Amino acid sequence: MTRMDFEVVVLAGGASSNLSPLVSQELPKALLPVANRPVLSYVLELLEGSNLKDLIVVVEGEDAAQLVGGWISGAYADRLHVEVAAVPEGVGTAGALRSISSYLTANDVLIVSGDLVTDVPPGAIAATHRRHGAVVTTLLCSSPVSGPSDSGTSGGKEKAKKPVRHNIIGLDPTRQYLLHMATGAEVEKDIRLQKRILQAVGQMEIRADLMDAHLYAFKRTVLQDILDQKDKFQSIRQDILPYLIRTQLSSEVSGNGLVSSESGSNKSAVQDELRWLSQHREIAPSTFQDSQPLSLKSQRDDQRSHKCCVYIANESKYCARLNSIQAFSDINRDVIGEASHLSGYSFSAQNNIIHPSAELGSKTTVGPQCMLAEGSKLGDKCSVKRSVIGRHCRIGSNVKIVNSVVMNHVTIDDGCSIQGSVICSNVQLQERVVLKDCQVGAGYIVTSGSEHKSESLARK
Amino acid sequence: MEPRRPPRTVSDPKVRQVGFVTPAAAPPARTVSDTAAMPAAGASQELPLSGSSLSPVMIPPPRHDGLSARVTAPVPVPIAATALRLDNLQIRVGSYNQSEVLLGTPPMTSPSSRVEDAVSEFSDDVSASSLYGRTEPDKVGTAFPGRSGDLMPAKSVVAGGSIGGSHTPENPPTTSLVVKTLPGITEKKRGMLEKQHDEAAAPKPLKEKTTKAERRALQEAQRAAKSAAKEGGGADPTNTKKDKVVKPTPQKKDVPEVAASSGKKVDRPLEKERKKEVLPLRMQFDDKHKVEKVKQRAIVNQREAKSRVEFFQRLPQYVHGTQLQELEAKFFQLDAVHPSVYKVGLHHLSGKITGGNARCIAMLLAFKEAIKDYSTPPEKALVRDLNAKISGFVSFLIECRPLSISMGNAIKFLKNRIAKLPLSMSELDAKASIQSDIDRFINQKIIIADKVIVRHAFAKIRDGDVLLTYGLSSVVEMILVYAHEHKKKFRIVIVDSRPKHEGQILLRRLVAKGLNCTYTHINAISYIMHEVTRVFLGAASVLSNGTVYSRVGTACVAMVAKAYRVPVLICCEAYKFHERVQLDSICFNELGDPDAILKVPTHVESYLYGCMDNDNLQLLNLNYDATPSDYVSMIITDYGMLPPTSVPVIMREYDPQNLWI
Repeated sequence: MTRMDFEVVVLAGGASSNLSPLVSQELPKALLPVANRPVLSYVLELLEGSNLKDLIVVVEGEDAAQLVGGWISGAYADRLHVEVAAVPEGVGTAGALRSISSYLTANDVLIVSGDLVTDVPPGAIAATHRRHGAVVTTLLCSSPVSGPSDSGTSGGKEKAKKPVRHNIIGLDPTRQYLLHMATGAEVEKDIRLQKRILQAVGQMEIRADLMDAHLYAFKRTVLQDILDQKDKFQSIRQDILPYLIRTQLSSEVSGNGLVSSESGSNKSAVQDELRWLSQHREIAPSTFQDSQPLSLKSQRDDQRSHKCCVYIANESKYCARLNSIQAFSDINRDVIGEASHLSGYSFSAQNNIIHPSAELGSKTTVGPQCMLAEGSKLGDKCSVKRSVIGRHCRIGSNVKIVNSVVMNHVTIDDGCSIQGSVICSNVQLQERVVLKDCQVGAGYIVTSGSEHKSESLARK
Repeated sequence: MEPRRPPRTVSDPKVRQVGFVTPAAAPPARTVSDTAAMPAAGASQELPLSGSSLSPVMIPPPRHDGLSARVTAPVPVPIAATALRLDNLQIRVGSYNQSEVLLGTPPMTSPSSRVEDAVSEFSDDVSASSLYGRTEPDKVGTAFPGRSGDLMPAKSVVAGGSIGGSHTPENPPTTSLVVKTLPGITEKKRGMLEKQHDEAAAPKPLKEKTTKAERRALQEAQRAAKSAAKEGGGADPTNTKKDKVVKPTPQKKDVPEVAASSGKKVDRPLEKERKKEVLPLRMQFDDKHKVEKVKQRAIVNQREAKSRVEFFQRLPQYVHGTQLQELEAKFFQLDAVHPSVYKVGLHHLSGKITGGNARCIAMLLAFKEAIKDYSTPPEKALVRDLNAKISGFVSFLIECRPLSISMGNAIKFLKNRIAKLPLSMSELDAKASIQSDIDRFINQKIIIADKVIVRHAFAKIRDGDVLLTYGLSSVVEMILVYAHEHKKKFRIVIVDSRPKHEGQILLRRLVAKGLNCTYTHINAISYIMHEVTRVFLGAASVLSNGTVYSRVGTACVAMVAKAYRVPVLICCEAYKFHERVQLDSICFNELGDPDAILKVPTHVESYLYGCMDNDNLQLLNLNYDATPSDYVSMIITDYGMLPPTSVPVIMREYDPQNLWI
């Protein structure tokens, strides 16, 4: 039996276009290193920490699926029981779910985005979902402070260069129910609210400071129904969730009917009476029922409504999605910085991580909140601040690296200065290169003496 | 001296109730003897009332001198109320314990001081025996070796007077001593004494102060003597001796000191002994060692509630705010708990399911679900393993919210059924049998019982009645709706109270069904009671002495109804009956969210905003209270309509353990 009747689906995505040039054929999004660990490992370890060991990981694209599958079987061979499913590219999150939905059997499904880095216990969302008997419960967290400028772009990868928006989220006064959600592009337009919902609740709180963390708990039957009936739905975030929110007072996917058909048809009159009785006495905190003008009406509505709930993560919890280059830098910085408990490394007294096999030249300083993986060599008089340096990098003398991420097998020659940049694997920076806020794609060679600012450099 | 004691024991309702004696039979016999002894006590017909003057939420006097001021601070109102109401009663009824007054019976007879005795007894040795009001004569004897001669007649009188013979809630020595030192106290003085009773700081006449001090000293001495007797010598005998030496010479400064010091010395060994010898009925949450132990077993770390009210420290403190989050975060870690049980636990915790019946049904259905998914592990017997599993579920549910009595009874039933399954039965059959048992329990004990109660109660509703109900009771709601559907013409008064406002839910449903309702808060109860002809109340439980254990405020409603001579009908399914005897609502109760009473909905910010962290503020939000049987005219159960005194009969004749099989 699945744990607590929950199944877990991790949507690990594929080659995400708004993360280029960081991602490539060889490096799908799920394997992007965050503090020298694939970003997917954060989700997997979060789930493992919650005792969820049977997972389904969905990856877009066969090649990416093989890469991810290979990495998982290597890293989690005896710890997790993971099934990696490959789906065609470009089907979207809903499409990905559709292709595996026939494998789902448990009562509820927990859907986690593979690019989530958080320490919010997934159990909390699941329990909230269970407690309310909701059809969908979503995790909301406060938008990152440093503001990944395009965190709002919904659905992630399909909409690459959409303008940057935050979510607009409508909650009921108790902050338990999700009444409205405007995703990225819609924010700019006027907000259109449903009168019925507003009437039912009486009061709605509109929040712009919350972010959908792409961690959902769905009622399985409802999810499957929607996936079957609405075959145009592409994304959970843009199609399924708004649909459920929109129809929560006039539900076509009546939860009750599904449940009864689910749990066997041999319902005797007595049992029906029992259910009625316990329902009749249930004193719901929901403003839905209490503020309905007529109780008769509300009772009828009760049959036809479903609940969309939210779990709002505590301010103190870390929660971020790796869906942009800015977010990539931020998360890397945070994981070895303020959210260091997520990294799983033990920090030295200087508040940094230097692998014992790393070599430092004389007068080289590695500041706090830095990470130096194994086999990397730094020359003399280097200075590293708030940066992550991957494995087997060769860094010459007089190199300054600030606020940057350097992946594996990077060669940096003498006199380079790197600031706020991301350097992918196998890049070579020749002498006296100056990079500021740049991204350098894998295998690129930056010629000596060149200066770049806010550029994206990649092999054509 | 000797003739003065009987009225006390007689006027004490506890004796009667414990001994299962109907009020009609027992007291008159004794009152006759009293009146014979004292001619002035003519109007002793009202004697039961004197017993009823026990307030449902009774405040015991402070245990330790040093603490007294703080102890009384958080709940000053009930004390004053007791005293006030008592005066009222005296004025109004006139006959009320006049006998005592005229005889110059000492203040010990006043209800509040009686409470003091009972409660201090209780706090001394938490044992079941003291709970049920039994004081073993031997112990008393050893405690007062010097006075045993004095006591003998008292005991014999008591034995002769009470029908049960063995139950004497108060220890005679206390009485005898006070009688000696305080002869002839006027009524006024007594009233004053009561009012000032617990205010240590208030100025008092010298005499009274010494009495109080003496009483305390005496109690301490008792404790000391008891512990000495148990330990079998050592340093303590000297201690008690000292006390005794001091006691007869009451110098108002010395006595409290000694009392306090001896109290501190003696209390600790006593506590230890208590743990060894007496199994407490329930977890005592002010016992640090025990709490530590439980914490280790607990699923989530419970945080200390910041401001505990002294009297209720031993109850599980309300921790909802933190507990819900922590329990939810551990959702996937709880291996042993079935999802459906987990869900019910969360519903209990979050208040989504409230009310004895609903909680019980939800729990049973969850258990049923869990049993359906259960399979016996290899090399284990279903009977044992399943019972252990259910116990695990139950402890989880307790962690979410203390069990209601209805749930406790249902669990008892279920476990009993499981334990009695024949070992030879196949697993499938066994599971099916238990599931059908659960169904039957819900059906017979709750649903059909409710229907029967509705029919019975319907017979009591006449056209033109004005019915009053308090809070939200599912049975009462059914009754009202049923009566309305059967074309009775009546009006309903729904009395509600903060902070839950459950009555509003009832109000909405009834108004929607076209019933004629009046809605008011409990503050206005005395006004609205004029027009009421019947009071229908629900109950969380009915205890075997007829005490009704129900939502806090019920006792108040019942009391006012009694004062206005309005019959009070309690609707309660028989499965909620409990054999426990409870005299007040202190020893067992449940604490609600203390912050809930701070919030006033009409104000954006509470007047107390910012005071929450003040150490001087203690918040008390009780969930239940106990209504003495004197206020209850009738209990409507599925076995018919009974006087409260017949509850033990139901429990005996229809013993759940036998009947349910």
